[in-house]
Amino acid sequence: MSTRESFAESAAPATPGTDYEMVVGLEVHVQLLTRTKAFCLCSPEFGAAPNSNVCPVCLGLPGALPVLNERVVDLALRAALALDCEINPISIFARKNYFYPDLPKGYQISQYDRPLATNGHLTIESAGDEAPTTIGITRIHIEEDAGKSVHDRFPGVTAIDLNRAGVPLIEIVTEPDIRSSAIAGAYLRSLKQLLEFLEVSDVNMEEGSLRVDANVSARPLGTSVLGTKTEVKNLNSFSAVERALDAEFARQVTVLDAGQRVVQQTMLWDANSATVRPARSKEASHDYRYFPDPDLPPLVVELPRIEAARGGLPELPGARRGRYRKDFELSAYDADVLTARKSLGDYFEEAVRHHRDAKTVANWVMGEVRASLNASKREIEQFAIRPADLGELLDLVSDNVLSGTAAKRVFGIMAETGERASQIVQREGLVQVRDDTPLQAWIEAVIAEHQSEAARAAGGERKLLGVLVGFVMKKSGGRADPRRVNQLLAERLGL
Amino acid sequence: MIDASGAGASLTSASAIVDAVAAGVQSPGRAIEQSFARARQVRAGADGLNAILWSDESAALHEAATVEERGAGQRAGGLAGVPVVIKDNIATLDTPTTCGSHILEHYRSPFEATVVRRLRDAGAVVVAKTNLDEFAMGSSTEYSAFGRTKHPLDPALVPGGSSGGSAAAVAAGIAPIGLGSETGGSVRQPAAFCGVVGVKPTYGRVSRFGLVAFASSLDQVGVFGATVDDAALALQTIAGRDTLDATTIDHAVGDYRKPVSSLRGLVIGRPREYFPEQLDPQIAEHCDRVLEHCRSLGATVKDVSLPNTNLAIPVYYIVAPAEASSNLARFDGVRYGLRLTGDGLRGMYEATRSSGFGPEVTRRILLGTYVLSAGYYDAYYAKAMQVRSLIARDFAAVFGSGVDVLFTPTTPTPAFPAGSKSDPYEMYLSDIFTVTANLAGIPAMSLPIGRVGGLPVGGQLLAPHFAEGTMFRVAQALERALGGDAHR
Repeated sequence: MSTRESFAESAAPATPGTDYEMVVGLEVHVQLLTRTKAFCLCSPEFGAAPNSNVCPVCLGLPGALPVLNERVVDLALRAALALDCEINPISIFARKNYFYPDLPKGYQISQYDRPLATNGHLTIESAGDEAPTTIGITRIHIEEDAGKSVHDRFPGVTAIDLNRAGVPLIEIVTEPDIRSSAIAGAYLRSLKQLLEFLEVSDVNMEEGSLRVDANVSARPLGTSVLGTKTEVKNLNSFSAVERALDAEFARQVTVLDAGQRVVQQTMLWDANSATVRPARSKEASHDYRYFPDPDLPPLVVELPRIEAARGGLPELPGARRGRYRKDFELSAYDADVLTARKSLGDYFEEAVRHHRDAKTVANWVMGEVRASLNASKREIEQFAIRPADLGELLDLVSDNVLSGTAAKRVFGIMAETGERASQIVQREGLVQVRDDTPLQAWIEAVIAEHQSEAARAAGGERKLLGVLVGFVMKKSGGRADPRRVNQLLAERLGL
Repeated sequence: MIDASGAGASLTSASAIVDAVAAGVQSPGRAIEQSFARARQVRAGADGLNAILWSDESAALHEAATVEERGAGQRAGGLAGVPVVIKDNIATLDTPTTCGSHILEHYRSPFEATVVRRLRDAGAVVVAKTNLDEFAMGSSTEYSAFGRTKHPLDPALVPGGSSGGSAAAVAAGIAPIGLGSETGGSVRQPAAFCGVVGVKPTYGRVSRFGLVAFASSLDQVGVFGATVDDAALALQTIAGRDTLDATTIDHAVGDYRKPVSSLRGLVIGRPREYFPEQLDPQIAEHCDRVLEHCRSLGATVKDVSLPNTNLAIPVYYIVAPAEASSNLARFDGVRYGLRLTGDGLRGMYEATRSSGFGPEVTRRILLGTYVLSAGYYDAYYAKAMQVRSLIARDFAAVFGSGVDVLFTPTTPTPAFPAGSKSDPYEMYLSDIFTVTANLAGIPAMSLPIGRVGGLPVGGQLLAPHFAEGTMFRVAQALERALGGDAHR
């Protein structure tokens, strides 16, 4: 299903020199986070041995019948409600008929003229001063995935892996409301973030649990008739979507400027050459012969179920951003960063429960935590430092047990070993030194080693005082209390 | 003429076998051995009737032994030691499941149909897989890739179809119970031709899991019985909700075997569209006798009308092929069944499907593909579905007006000679009285009501959704009232 119905034949070719605007609608396929496939009890797990997660139903063996996994409906409902869709009280499963070796039944179970949900929208908050953009959602429907054809595994033959056959998807189709590749990218990032918050999907593009096709057309600026569109496929990252849209739009403008018409067809994005090329024409000429699937009764969604799903919606990204700014007094930027992924925000909030200075926690999560994750290429879920342990570490700093410098060292060890801060501090003898005797000994040693700097500091060069404090801190292995060192050093130099 | 009719059969009814096994006077294996002996005697295989496609005697006897191990009485099950035959489009484990098609010639199902499992759980033993029109598309069992089935009374005649193999096997006394499938009359019509009882349950009454789909919105597993009681016993064993078939309905299965002696208080409807001027006068006479019995048993007989009946055949031949064209797409040579090579992927599809499917199946796939195509869908499929609802509304109106059960002839003629219906449309018309029940989803059955020219004639009962109990009650009373006249 696509937005193709809403695209009319293009208006007359424009004269050269016309300015064009890009018109884009996106179709996003999202794999739902279920324990079993859409119509059988097989696992939808990614990466299993080929053809190991299959049964008579998803293999399409003669006599096998589909039975709907109700969890699929609940997850689809959750996404539809979060996108402000109207839920159809009765929706119909339909068969999309076509022959392909990785399509075991010769048809895909989908929804056609009566999808689960219609008429929604997603509002994209913009970072700067621009007004938020609202993208209309035409429809959301439930369907099953096909299997996978593997062309490069065995020489000369195509292998079929049916593990993915029957895996539950929703397809989210937008109105042709998108006017630039940047907005397309922003929509996709915002949608991905929303779906992650909803725990509807793991939205992993590498594993195929989020896939994007784009419908693109060009029209002279200031006109309202839609031009002939092409469908762009093989988009395996959001940046590929953005680059492919620009490339296809430029191609269409060239065609139109030459006084020719855009041909309605499927284009494939080639990331290596950064160009689009037409798919084999056969792929565009399917007559899918949709009709209601007689094996599945109409999907009836009663009002109480809709209300229960609505009531069960988690806090969405926009609401969470607002709360972070209000309750934790964070900047817009900080709130954006911390809500980019639900799991990161969850981590932050849990840490705040253990250390009450939210701004400090925010700085550590955005700084040290994210840097450590990036360096180790891990997700927050696998991070060795639990939020409570981060809280404990920050408590040690605010209680002046540990200096900031020492805390960073301890943090590094915690990230490696998963030990608690107090254990490391004990073992490494990192407790902050506030006793004047050892501090004065370090200060004397530093003054002896840096006599000219000490003299200039005593002579009034304030910034050299900071340098000398740094030397003392270093000499103490980060354990010295920097404030006390500052005081003692100033006294010692007669300031 | 081989007399392979039930008259000379040594087998008794299913209930007699069950009683003997329960009482411990007969081992569960006894009737199974007799069944195989009878099959040999009447030459039920390819060298004779060609009713049986596949059977495995040692597996069947082994199964009977396991029934014996369960002991006698309740634990042995409601069908302990009863031989059953299964149409070869219903999945079984010990024998192939070919649908009478070259495309599935050596196919064995890794799972069994819910209906087969329920029969086996009740102690019944599958003795044979029976012949059929390829993928159940036909009315004569002539369109099987493995040759036609012959009528047990006259090998020159057809046994009806598409479940002709099961009908002939039950008529020949090989088993008192058989399973068939119905899409437009494929159980009732051969039951009428062969002189046995055939039942199509309410749509959703019996699981389709394991029935190879022809037209999913019409398909329903049906039962054959040597008697009304055998059919009732079989149906109440297999009926009921199945979590593996989303179209089954959770509606209590009653006792279909309650003995009755009176039909007092019932209203039997006689729809005039099923008694046209040109109806064989001898069939009409048999029907009149049945209606007379109804009155004597205390029922009221009422003339009624189902005005959209004449649209049933055209509607059926749009809806059924449309669904079939999609259901049969899976037979593509990729995963199982026949695969022939050709030029590339498309060549493989074309070679496999052109060679694997017979002409009638090919005709219906083409027809169905056409009516679902862009630009034709609204004119054909969508329109047919609208008319289908009119046909269902006809029945609802009549049943809503106080009529309990309708009575009609099952077929316009008795069994016809093989090869006599070369025009497909003429063949389609032999289902003219039966397709309506499938389109409306209501239960219906055929029972023997007499003979014309020595050939059995069936009378049809149609009832409201899930009123199988009432339908069986009338059938049982009529069977008793007709007595030997039913087979004369």
